[in-house]
Amino acid sequence: MSRSIDRDLSRFKQIVRGRVRQQLRKYITHGEMIGRQGRDLVSIPVPNIEIPHFRHGKKGSGGTGQGDGEVGQPIGKGQDDADGKGQAGSEPGDEHFREVDITLEELAQMLAQELELPRIEPKGKDQISSQKDKYTTIRRTGPESLRHLKRTYKRALRRAIMSNEYDFARPVIVPTRDDRLYRGWKTVTQPETNAAIIYLMDVSGSMTDEQKEIVRIEAFWIDTWLKSQYDGIDIRYVIHDAVAKEVDEETFYHTRESGGTRISSAYKIAREIIAEDYSPEEWNIYCFQFSDGDNWGEDNKTCLEMLVQDILPVCNLFCYGQVESPYGSGEFIRELKRIHDNFDNLVLSEIADKEGIYDSIKAFLGKGK
Amino acid sequence: MFTTSTHRPLPAELAAVQDEMEARAKDYGLDFFKTIFEVLDYEELSMFAAYGGFPVRYPHWRFGAEYDELMKGYSYGLQKIYEMVINTDPCFAYLLSCNAITDQKLVIAHVYGHCDFFKNNAWFSHTNRKMLDQMANHAARMSRYIDRYGFEEVETFVDACLSVEDLIDMHSPHIRRREPEQRAAASALEGKWTEDEPRVTRFKSKDYMDAYINPPDVLEAEVRACEEKEKERERLRSFPETPQRDVLLFLLEHAPLKDWQHDVLSIVRDEAYYFAPQGQTKIMNEGWASYWHSKIMTRHGVTDADIIDYADHHSGTMATSRNRLNPYKLGIELLKDIEERWNKGQFGPEWERCTDIREKLRWDKQLGLGRQKIFEVRRVHNDVTFIDNFLTPEFCIKQNLFEYRFNESTNYYEIASREFRAIKTQLLNGLTNHGRPFIYVKDGNYKNRGELYLWHQFEGIELRMDYANDTLENLGRLWRRPVHIETMIDDKPHVLSFDGSSHEVQEVKKI
Repeated sequence: MSRSIDRDLSRFKQIVRGRVRQQLRKYITHGEMIGRQGRDLVSIPVPNIEIPHFRHGKKGSGGTGQGDGEVGQPIGKGQDDADGKGQAGSEPGDEHFREVDITLEELAQMLAQELELPRIEPKGKDQISSQKDKYTTIRRTGPESLRHLKRTYKRALRRAIMSNEYDFARPVIVPTRDDRLYRGWKTVTQPETNAAIIYLMDVSGSMTDEQKEIVRIEAFWIDTWLKSQYDGIDIRYVIHDAVAKEVDEETFYHTRESGGTRISSAYKIAREIIAEDYSPEEWNIYCFQFSDGDNWGEDNKTCLEMLVQDILPVCNLFCYGQVESPYGSGEFIRELKRIHDNFDNLVLSEIADKEGIYDSIKAFLGKGK
Repeated sequence: MFTTSTHRPLPAELAAVQDEMEARAKDYGLDFFKTIFEVLDYEELSMFAAYGGFPVRYPHWRFGAEYDELMKGYSYGLQKIYEMVINTDPCFAYLLSCNAITDQKLVIAHVYGHCDFFKNNAWFSHTNRKMLDQMANHAARMSRYIDRYGFEEVETFVDACLSVEDLIDMHSPHIRRREPEQRAAASALEGKWTEDEPRVTRFKSKDYMDAYINPPDVLEAEVRACEEKEKERERLRSFPETPQRDVLLFLLEHAPLKDWQHDVLSIVRDEAYYFAPQGQTKIMNEGWASYWHSKIMTRHGVTDADIIDYADHHSGTMATSRNRLNPYKLGIELLKDIEERWNKGQFGPEWERCTDIREKLRWDKQLGLGRQKIFEVRRVHNDVTFIDNFLTPEFCIKQNLFEYRFNESTNYYEIASREFRAIKTQLLNGLTNHGRPFIYVKDGNYKNRGELYLWHQFEGIELRMDYANDTLENLGRLWRRPVHIETMIDDKPHVLSFDGSSHEVQEVKKI
């Protein structure tokens, strides 16, 4: 039964989503929703939406309470008085939030609308396919585990009534072998698109926590978007200072090394990962590199060579985000700019602070690749 | 719709409990309309609760918001509604299906307390006991407007109406303040926005016949009559002779509303008046119902098997908190206190004059008037008069009551006093007008420009500014001309204004 409250509830949710969409830019640049991410849902704190009335403010307000305590003792910031039980102005200020659950898919849609992201045209669409079983038919034979109870019962009931075996006083139905029906399946072939994301991050001493926070927020949105575009996503993480290694997500965001920087070491690992696991014919490969732009001078040449020869030709997109750091020189982006014009799939972006995340995401994902 | 879609007969076990509780309640002299119980699951109960107890309401998102909150509170284990009862004849009461049988007993006894209160308390005497039908009727009318004028259009307007829904005169159902004005005056007014010229009856004619067919003196007379009417309108638009509490009524009579808008506003106002007495008698109503569930349960209802569950449930209901008074607790304790005092004869001039504390403690004239007295109290009082008449210094000490205030320098609420006077004043302040600001219409033709001027009667607490500005915007949507409200900011009178596009705050210079 459809209840009338569902109509009001869905209207309310619509209004809330509208509010989230309005303020998406704020949510994009602040990392608050990352910690609230579940499997398919993100819960976002949205300021409560209510109908304004003339109400008393906090100033000069008070109330009555019950319990122990000396005069002058603080008793808290005042509870909300939702149903008007009568304490004047005991509402807390602006701290009233409502948790709103939004699916990642919906979030990706909002992001796409806000940033005007084009849909990605995956490569290798025709080459990769997967087979799936769909249970859409009914069969006379099959394993007992697939027996269709309702249909079997109906059939048995019909037979019993037709053959006049049905006893209204004692309505027992015993299905015979002939009554049994089973669910049957068809195998369908579907094109499948998979993507691999490789994150490369500089964790040398010059990358501070603030810079990592930016990377983390940006990666969250990149993941959200790409997940909405592909059937399957593999995400790999590589960190480097003078040497590089592949790590898990947790380590990726929380490691801090000291020492020099050799970007080519990370490229080497990325190259290996691609060669081993992701053949470019079958996978859409994305590389996102974050660094403060400091590199060991002699290394730049090696880096460019590796990029041009091995990595760029196999990637859908290679994005380099240079996070501004008080310590970094930021020279690496200048090196990349030299080859920028030759490669359509190389995207460069400088991220000054959290506010810059918005434009950076737009630059990275706006290519539609 | 209601009876066909949700009505289910009560399970036999509960029907037996109902019969027992009803008989007990009647034995004690409780007097109620026929009460119909329904068992609902939590989703249904939350839906009814979001709808203020009614199965059918007009479509509006705030019900959905309320429902969302109730369901979340329940699934996080923060709150649970055991029961709901609405003020109608017959009374409808909803029970939560997953309540244990002990809870059901308690709740059913509790419901009979509410039913008796609804029927007998004077403040409910003017409420519509057929509100179930009325609500469904409102919903039907609202749906019709939505179909005709569009969902968003109606929703925006309802939002604006709800923003001022509490600006009513809660005492007006009991007093006839003045003759109701005719809506005709308001609809005549509406014309003014569309016509610039006074309308005269000019018949079609050839030039040479014009002077005969449309005689100039008749036309002139007509123009004069129009001008008279215009003046009359001006007079009607102008301020009420005394500031008027019922802002909604003033809007209904004078705001330039289309017919459907007028109807929507009157729906909102009707419902506000229907719910108002429940806010006015929260402490008494809950106290009264709790008094009777505890009396009936402890004397008759509880078996050995029930006692732990009963005690757990009852104490949960009575739990006190330091930053909020529990109306159940305050109500039941005060009723019990009154019963004891009237049983022992602790009232009247003799008692008031006595200053000897020991004598007062021993005081017992064995009058046995307690029960009779609390029945009288439930008949005539509302929360304000209840506290005003029966709160005593001894009671405050016994109940450990205190007054707290907001301390601006620490941004915390702090215990301010345990003095009887202070506590009582604070309690009464919080209860009068639900602890909301008093707002009056002072002028409907402010500056002779048809602007609306409201006045906040300052009682020591300032308005919350962000809310006040948003509310003014909504009010402007109804009045369609600039709106103002006079209030105090930092002990100086200020006027907040909204002219359709921007807000303004100005200090009032006293001349």
